[in-house]
Amino acid sequence: MTDDHRLYPFHDYVQSSFVELLRRQSPHLLPGADPAPAVTEIPHGTTVLAVRYRDGVIMAGDRQATAGYQVASRRIEKIFKADDLSGVGIAGAAGPAMEMAKLFQTELEHYEKVEGDNLSLDGKANKLGQMIRMNLQAAMMGLAVVPIFAGFDEKAGVGRLFKYDITGGRYEERDYDAQGSGSKDARDSLKKLWKRDMPRDEALRTALEALVDAADEDVGTGGPDLVRGIFPTVKTITRSGYGEVADDEIRRVCEAILATRTTAGNGG
Amino acid sequence: MPLPYYVSPEQMMKDKAEYARKGIARGRSIVTLEYNEGILLTAENPSSLLHKVSEIYDRIAFAGVGKYNEFENLRIAGIRHADVKGYSYSRGDVTAKALANAYSQALGNIFTQDIKPFEVEVLVAEVGIGNGSKSEIYHILYDGTIEDEKNYAAMGGQAEEIRRFLKDHYQSAMSLDDALQLGVRALSVTQNKTLTERDLEVAVLDRTKERRKFRRLPPEALSQLLGGAK
Repeated sequence: MTDDHRLYPFHDYVQSSFVELLRRQSPHLLPGADPAPAVTEIPHGTTVLAVRYRDGVIMAGDRQATAGYQVASRRIEKIFKADDLSGVGIAGAAGPAMEMAKLFQTELEHYEKVEGDNLSLDGKANKLGQMIRMNLQAAMMGLAVVPIFAGFDEKAGVGRLFKYDITGGRYEERDYDAQGSGSKDARDSLKKLWKRDMPRDEALRTALEALVDAADEDVGTGGPDLVRGIFPTVKTITRSGYGEVADDEIRRVCEAILATRTTAGNGG
Repeated sequence: MPLPYYVSPEQMMKDKAEYARKGIARGRSIVTLEYNEGILLTAENPSSLLHKVSEIYDRIAFAGVGKYNEFENLRIAGIRHADVKGYSYSRGDVTAKALANAYSQALGNIFTQDIKPFEVEVLVAEVGIGNGSKSEIYHILYDGTIEDEKNYAAMGGQAEEIRRFLKDHYQSAMSLDDALQLGVRALSVTQNKTLTERDLEVAVLDRTKERRKFRRLPPEALSQLLGGAK
């Protein structure tokens, strides 16, 4: 009975999924489709973080991609808008990670258009976990992708954030988390500075302090670049949507942080 | 074994066309108009959940009249086409023209090969954004016939009368307000009742919006826009 093709629309719950569509139509476009060991040093994204604050979540990332001991790019973006109420911060092999972020964006938009409704935040977090698991074989060969996912949960009325391991394991963090090569230093910094229900300005400063600390201790992570005018990316996700933090504001806060540290004379 | 009755191809096509036209004529109509900031799609649709007008891609919208399950299938096929294309090339490479051609091919094949043709007409609209790029409106009939319409289009049960009305009353560079009022008047041209926001489904492709130009106008906004006329 369940094989009756006339009832197909009922079991084809995957029809709102873009990933499943690609699997049927163009499997070669899926991440991790034909993994091969990374023979040379490939660019890696270094530090991204997410911090919960009063209005939702703030996400931030440095701008450097690092290949071995070399700077691969000084200006890459690591925080991607997933949809109006969520974002992904990517760490790990930059190429596959950016591809995964793009696939994830398309997946959410596709679902929204077909169903006429948004996925729940838990639904989105699970879907991203499945996509990371698809990449497991490539991850074992040195092309691991470990994003942070954060968003505003409309039902609960709060910001939430999730971290992942390379097998797609999904772990919800309550207050803050960081990923990538400088993540340990960023987390140490956040541990000291994070407070419950911080206002936006304090959350922004906390996120940037953590990135400056990560850049200070981790050679892969890029700090604020005053010479070229390159500063970390910061995004806020609140009830009213995914918001940019203007470059000028980020520059001012970064300069204030560096000035405080210079005055103290202890490097922070 | 008895021989099947012979039916001439002309007769068969005629019968199918008549069947499809009858199905479409039973349904309510949709009006599409260009206004100064984009394209307005107005449908007479008492349901606020089963949509006739929807988003396909950044600058592209879809509208269907006739049998719901049939145009809903076409709508999803369109979203799939657009998302796969945009994912494998770039978002800018997804065009209404390619999509309209795909609909035309699909409906043409169904019309000639299947016993029952689709009782639908669909419309694909793409809003032009700057650099002299123009908006495009394609209208595809149940047999795959494709037309590109200028400035306005009508389809569904009373399309002929509506089109005549629009021909006399359409003006270029209308405001959204004026365009909506004209659209609603056009839809009520063959009826004796006045349409209120509860009978309407309205969406726009708004070129002033970021990336995704499609936006639905909720009933509250509609009653405000329509209220301006009184």
